[in-house]
Amino acid sequence: MSGIARRDLLRGGGLVVLFALAGSSVGQEGGTTGGGEGAGAPPEVAPGLPGSLAEFPHLDAWIRIAPDGAATVFTGKAELGQGIGTALLQIAADELDLSLECVSLVTADTGRTPNEGITSGSQSLQNSGTAIAHAAANVRYLLAERAAWRFGVAVETLSTANGVVLASDGRRATYGELAASLSLHVEARPQVVRKRIGVRHHIGRDRPRRDIPPKLTGAAAYAHDMTMPGMLHARVIRGPADGTLLTAPDFDAIARLPGVERLVRTGDFAAMLGPREWPLVQAMLTVGRMPWKRSGAPLPGGDLRDAIRALPAEPDVILERNAAAPVAVRHITARYDRPYLMHGAIGPSCAVALWQDGMMTVWTHSQGVYPLRAALAELLDLPLERVRCIHREGAGCYGHNGADDVAADAALAARAVPGRAVKLMWTREQEHGWEPLGPAMVAELSAGLDADGQIAEWTHAVWSNTHSTRPSRAGDLLAGLEVGRGFAPSPPRAIPQPNGGGDRNAIPLYTLPRVTITSLFVPQMPVRVSALRGLGAHMNVFAIESMIDELAAAAGSDPVAFRLRHLSDPRAIAVIRTLADRFGWARQPSERWRGQGLGFARYKNSGAYCAVAIDLRIEPETGATTVLRAEAAVDAGETVSPNGLRNQIEGGIVQSLSWTAHEEVRFDAARRTAFDWSSYPMIRFDAVPYRMAVHVIDRPSLPFLGAGEASQGPAAAAFANAVTRAIGQRLRSMPLSAERIRRAIAAD
Amino acid sequence: MIELTINGTRHRLDGDPAEPLLYILRNELGLHAAKFGCGLGQCGSCTVLVDGKAVQSCITPLAALAGRAVTTVEGLGTAAAPGVVQQAFIDEQAAQCGYCIPGMIARAEALLRADSRPTEASMRSAMRPSLCRCGTHMRILRAVRRAAMAMGGGIVDPTEPAS
Amino acid sequence: MALAVAAALLVFTVWAREPAIAAIERPDPARFDRRQVASGAALARIGNCASCHTVSGGRVYAGGTPIRTPFGTIHGSNITPDPETGIGTWSYEAFARSMREGVGRDGSHLYPAFPYDRLRHTGEADLRALYAFLMTRDAVRAEPPANTLVPPLGWRPVLAGWKLLALPRRAPQAPQPQLGKLWERGRYLGEGLAHCGSCHSPRGILQQELRDRAYAGGWSDGWYAPPLDATSPAVRAWTTQRLYAYFRTGLSTAHAAAAGPMGPVTHNLARTPGGDVRALAAYYAWTMRDAPAARAEPALPDRAALAARRHPAGAALFRGACAACHEPGAAMMAAGRPDLRLGSPLHEDNPRDTVQIILQGLEPPVEPNGPYMPGYADTLTDAQIAAITAYMRARWGSGPDWGDIEQAVADARDGSSK
Ligand code: FES
Ligand code: FES
Repeated sequence: MSGIARRDLLRGGGLVVLFALAGSSVGQEGGTTGGGEGAGAPPEVAPGLPGSLAEFPHLDAWIRIAPDGAATVFTGKAELGQGIGTALLQIAADELDLSLECVSLVTADTGRTPNEGITSGSQSLQNSGTAIAHAAANVRYLLAERAAWRFGVAVETLSTANGVVLASDGRRATYGELAASLSLHVEARPQVVRKRIGVRHHIGRDRPRRDIPPKLTGAAAYAHDMTMPGMLHARVIRGPADGTLLTAPDFDAIARLPGVERLVRTGDFAAMLGPREWPLVQAMLTVGRMPWKRSGAPLPGGDLRDAIRALPAEPDVILERNAAAPVAVRHITARYDRPYLMHGAIGPSCAVALWQDGMMTVWTHSQGVYPLRAALAELLDLPLERVRCIHREGAGCYGHNGADDVAADAALAARAVPGRAVKLMWTREQEHGWEPLGPAMVAELSAGLDADGQIAEWTHAVWSNTHSTRPSRAGDLLAGLEVGRGFAPSPPRAIPQPNGGGDRNAIPLYTLPRVTITSLFVPQMPVRVSALRGLGAHMNVFAIESMIDELAAAAGSDPVAFRLRHLSDPRAIAVIRTLADRFGWARQPSERWRGQGLGFARYKNSGAYCAVAIDLRIEPETGATTVLRAEAAVDAGETVSPNGLRNQIEGGIVQSLSWTAHEEVRFDAARRTAFDWSSYPMIRFDAVPYRMAVHVIDRPSLPFLGAGEASQGPAAAAFANAVTRAIGQRLRSMPLSAERIRRAIAAD
Repeated sequence: MIELTINGTRHRLDGDPAEPLLYILRNELGLHAAKFGCGLGQCGSCTVLVDGKAVQSCITPLAALAGRAVTTVEGLGTAAAPGVVQQAFIDEQAAQCGYCIPGMIARAEALLRADSRPTEASMRSAMRPSLCRCGTHMRILRAVRRAAMAMGGGIVDPTEPAS
Repeated sequence: MALAVAAALLVFTVWAREPAIAAIERPDPARFDRRQVASGAALARIGNCASCHTVSGGRVYAGGTPIRTPFGTIHGSNITPDPETGIGTWSYEAFARSMREGVGRDGSHLYPAFPYDRLRHTGEADLRALYAFLMTRDAVRAEPPANTLVPPLGWRPVLAGWKLLALPRRAPQAPQPQLGKLWERGRYLGEGLAHCGSCHSPRGILQQELRDRAYAGGWSDGWYAPPLDATSPAVRAWTTQRLYAYFRTGLSTAHAAAAGPMGPVTHNLARTPGGDVRALAAYYAWTMRDAPAARAEPALPDRAALAARRHPAGAALFRGACAACHEPGAAMMAAGRPDLRLGSPLHEDNPRDTVQIILQGLEPPVEPNGPYMPGYADTLTDAQIAAITAYMRARWGSGPDWGDIEQAVADARDGSSK
């Protein structure tokens, strides 16, 4: 660095002049609870600061500068495959004015990082990204102030480039030397503004994800890949599925099996440990032969969606408006529903635990290391500070899957073998059988059009169980219920608006003069459920956007024009217009058995705006769908990584197509019948779209908006609307499977 | 005692001849690219190449491998010097969580070794045994197309499906 | 001499010629009765028409499917009402003649891979319904690829000779009124349109179905179609109820999942009105009424230790490659999918089906959430598959050891029959 002349820096455009303090910063929403899921988030102590700085205002909670000038950035959020590992580095490097290589990231670790609650709700960039951006801007400012003091000049005359503060007379000081003489344990100042957009190097540009090359070449990247000296493998022993119990487990038989070094039992909890994995895999066949019974409450018969609709519910009117409007002359009423869905991580849940010197360390792919720590501490009867949870990547989780439960399993197993690490992985069958499911839901909508074909009234009632049973206490963990110490699950709660759980995105963004939206929270859970990517948004957007198309058809209006007529938010309008243009909505072929459909939503009504359009063809004899093209337009505020954003939207569309058209958890009298990928199939390569494009609308001056959950609802609706166009009938019950489509055509 | 070649290195392994290759790779040889996803041959996360063909290592017992040549994704290149298919996946940023991707790379490698000019349909059907839960499919297919080009081939009919 | 041959050929050609039936305008789909069309839809499924007339991933009934025969590959024709490439210009008379006589509208003889030897027993009303159904499908323009047959079979008049020699004179199984209406309906469908005998009966050197050995087991697309008569190798009786469940779900918990060419059959029957499916079930329960399993269902041994001693290599391979799903205690079996010893393949007199399932695996036959098995064609060598097969036969099967299983694997790989 020292050899680089100032003029080279100038020529390279790497120089950032202008330091200034503003009257106030561009504030953003605080809140770290991941879209309302989970509990135990820390209180806001500095409400004036943006993002998670409100809870952790000290700069050294977020950023530290080493003597060599390298920066370490701390986030309480976890890399789940959404690419935040790189996006947060882009933000930090940019605001610090460092090269990307000089910045490294430490993610969720109760021993090191701020408690940012759960990594969910597409909040990572909103909360952590915002906090890091402002913290980094503060750090750069602080370093410059220190240099100004040293040089005896005004801070406004300084500039920075690549880890060096430069004075106009050519004097310079590196970040490393400046940081050595300065404490970052100071609160961020809200007046420090971020860099001007024009001088940002990384934000808004595509930077290759740092984690990809190692993952593609066999580096140990996941919790599943961890090894430690003397480590034992482990498998947990329980019935075949949620709500079952082994009736007379023959533990002696298991303990005698070759390769089973140790059997750990506490109450009904049992796990087997051994130095090698393969003997344990085989031992699971012995477990599989053991008799079991249903231990949970009996499952209601029939389609469990109807059971959810019929169970006692707590109605909560989340929106009621009664503006003057013409009378409705034409009404449409419809029920939409979705079945239970599985997260279905491609790798089963896994954790490594080590009990050593009175300290339990757990490496976990949980989305919430802090709440998990609290639950584990209670389960293990340890003070909080004796439990440390460190995030390690797992296979993508898409919500609350088995990650937390397996962490508890591993910790209980490790407790029995002090000094030896234990890696406990669920089997595929356990993952399918035990993960908390995404809730089944029912929505009943009715709407009325006035004489001009404008929506005059709208009601939406949605029935659902809770959308988060994320653990904060021992009783929220499977093992907690097995150890026989009287732990009970936390009572199920509805997640309140504005985030919402079952009612997430139940409030349309459209102009509706008379409207009643009711959230019907069903406390009683026939099946253990928890957060699945997007929570209620998938279902509610599916319902709303289907209904909008039904109304547009009734009004004889084009679906795009109809939507635009009912929107006033310019960003919503821009997203739909952009998509319609790029997709070529107005020039769609009209062929038999071919259809196009569109769906739109702003995630949580506060996150990214996303519209999806789908062009598909149906084989009438089989109902099989070929998605020829899917396109999306997205506005996620300031875009940190356009490619990363597209990746999220693309993935969301494909995953949503799988949910919407292919997936359904089924049950018999005793349990869910899904136990592997044959009994719960998901989309394969032959069924994914032939072409896909995502159009990003960048808004560099506006706050970051998460986008990991923005496309699922719109994609589901676009698919349903396209199917309707293709076959001339509407299907309102997911999955819109080939067989259902075929039957609809055959009955035609 | 079973003798087999893994990434060009001769290994003599004893122990249970039934033990599937996946556990040997991951636990004994420290080769972590192949992943456990199901252990049932249903998801493809564990895919490696055996004599150039895509094989699910979770259901391939050691006994089946005597005298055969195994190539894992580690054998295709390194982070510093990625192989053609790996490079194509990097260029397309074809990963979300990435858990399924080594299996995808192994499968794509086998496909392109057999035919560097597949049709869209044959590419999709060759990739069909492998699952991705993140929905990275579009990028994976783009990466396979890119790798096919890089290998001097390409996809014969790159856009529309047969009607 | 050459002259004599030429003369004979001429006479033959003239004799072999069938007249063309005049082309018609494609009938207006709206003209057909909806109920007749619906009934035709069900009949088309019973006839399993889509299997041979649809290329994988293509439009249904648009043809192009390669059908491998001992004499080369022919391709299923386009039976959508496209005037140029399909049957859009076929009158009902032309259609009925093709079903009964195996003659196309233009008078050319059709290859007997099109099972008109069975379809000809379909009654007039049902033929009309099938016609109505097909003529109301979408017209799809699609020309199937050219057939590749050994000479002189590419020359269609030869088929007239085949018909003369091989087309059965006798009607199949005569009606037996005392067996009731359900039986009669099952007989009518099974012996005719459903053409079950086409796969499940042995064939002679002209590839004609050997009617006097009907249902004694046959070959289809490289798979063995087990006997449906008193020699049925099933170890659990094929009762009407079990057959019905098998047809409707592709799975009988007392037997196995439908595999190979039987998969599409159950896929179609699952989408057919239950009455006809029950009739077929009743009829084939009757054809197998004297099979051993109908008399007794003995306990089935699991000779695990013995089999492992006799076939240690097979045992190890099984443990690593198959046990995760097929060993007692595996989740798949706990969930009610059948035990390997219940399926017919390990009790058949040849290893072909066992080998084919190992090579090709299994796609869910009826619903997407059904049995799925990966194929092992690239994973295991012929010798390894043979070792596993021998082990399974010894462990759960019945009958003497199979002979050269390795050869059977090689044969299965190149798709030949037997
Ligand atoms: S882990 Fe081998 S196929 Fe799933
Ligand atoms: S990238 Fe996550 S499973 Fe494929």
